[in-house]
Amino acid sequence: MNILKILGKTCGFFGYVIQYACVTHCTFEYLGDFVMCSGPSMEPTLESNNILLTEHVTPRLYRLQRGDIVIAKNPTNPKQNICKRVVGLPGDKVKGYFPRRSHIVPRGHVWLEGDNSGNSSDSRIYGPVPLGLIRSRVIYRVWPLDKFASLQEH
Amino acid sequence: MSFKSVCRSILFGIPIGVTFLDTVGYVAKVEGISMQPALNPESTNTDYVFLSRWAIRDYKIERGDVISLTSPKNPKQKIIKRVVGLQGDVVSTMGYKNRYVKVPEGHCWVEGDHTGHTLDSNTFGPVSLGLITAKAVYIVWPPERWQKLENKLPESRKPLSLSI
Repeated sequence: MNILKILGKTCGFFGYVIQYACVTHCTFEYLGDFVMCSGPSMEPTLESNNILLTEHVTPRLYRLQRGDIVIAKNPTNPKQNICKRVVGLPGDKVKGYFPRRSHIVPRGHVWLEGDNSGNSSDSRIYGPVPLGLIRSRVIYRVWPLDKFASLQEH
Repeated sequence: MSFKSVCRSILFGIPIGVTFLDTVGYVAKVEGISMQPALNPESTNTDYVFLSRWAIRDYKIERGDVISLTSPKNPKQKIIKRVVGLQGDVVSTMGYKNRYVKVPEGHCWVEGDHTGHTLDSNTFGPVSLGLITAKAVYIVWPPERWQKLENKLPESRKPLSLSI
C-alpha cells in the first residue's frame, strides 16, 4: 500500500514536470524567449553578453520590416544563431560586398547586415537569407539592467 | 467534470500536444507529382506520410533521404524532396545556371524524383540545412500503401565526388 502511494506520488510529480516542460517549450517556441548574444558584429547597438528579449510572432506572420533586429539560424551552420539587422526586404536593391555590385533581394529572402559593418559576417558574405531561417525579432535588451532599452524602431 | 477542470485540461493538453508534434513528428498530406513514383504514384489518390522531427534533431541527413523543408522561395510552403548531395559534394545539375555545383558548407542539394516536373535545387540552388523541418519515414495512408520510405538514389543522380 505504502509503495503504491509513493509510486503514485512519483508519477504525479513527473506528470507535473512534463506538463510544465511542454508549456515552457510552447512559450519559447511560439511566443518569445531570452537570447544571449556574443560577438562584435552588432556593436555599437548590442555588445557581447547582452541578454535580449525576443518575440516569435512577427516572423511567423512574415511581418518583418526594414530596421528590425532579428535572430536567425546561420545559413552555413544551422546549429548556430546569428543576430543581425534586416536591411533589405524582397525586391529591394542592396549593395553586395563580394562581388561588389548591387543585388535584388529575391522573393522569400531578406538581406541581413550587422551594425558593425567592418567586423560582421552577414548577407554580404553568404547572400540573401531565406525567411524560413528567421526565428525571432528582438524587442528589448533586458541585461545589463542599466542599459535596459527598447530596440524597436517602429 | 467541473468547468474549472475542463479549462485546466485544455490549458495543459494543448501545449503537451504541440510539444509532441514538434519533437516527435506528425502526419502530413503529400500534394503534387514532384515525388512520383515514390509518393503519389497515381495522381488520383494522395499519400499521407509520417514526418519524423526526432530524426533531424542534429541535422544529420544522408544522401537518398526524403525530407520536408520550408521552401526558400515561399516560406509559407513546405516541400518534400530527396537529398542528393551533402556539403562538399560536387553534383551535376539539370538546368541550373552552372553545370556542376559544389554544395557549400551547411547546405544540401535536394531534388524531386519526378525529373522535369519538380521545383527543386535545380531551380533555387543549394538549400541551407536550417530550412529542413522533418524527415519522411513512413507512408501511413492509404493502408495498402503502408511502407517504409527507402533511402535510395538512382545511380545517375549520385554526386560526382563525395566529401569525406
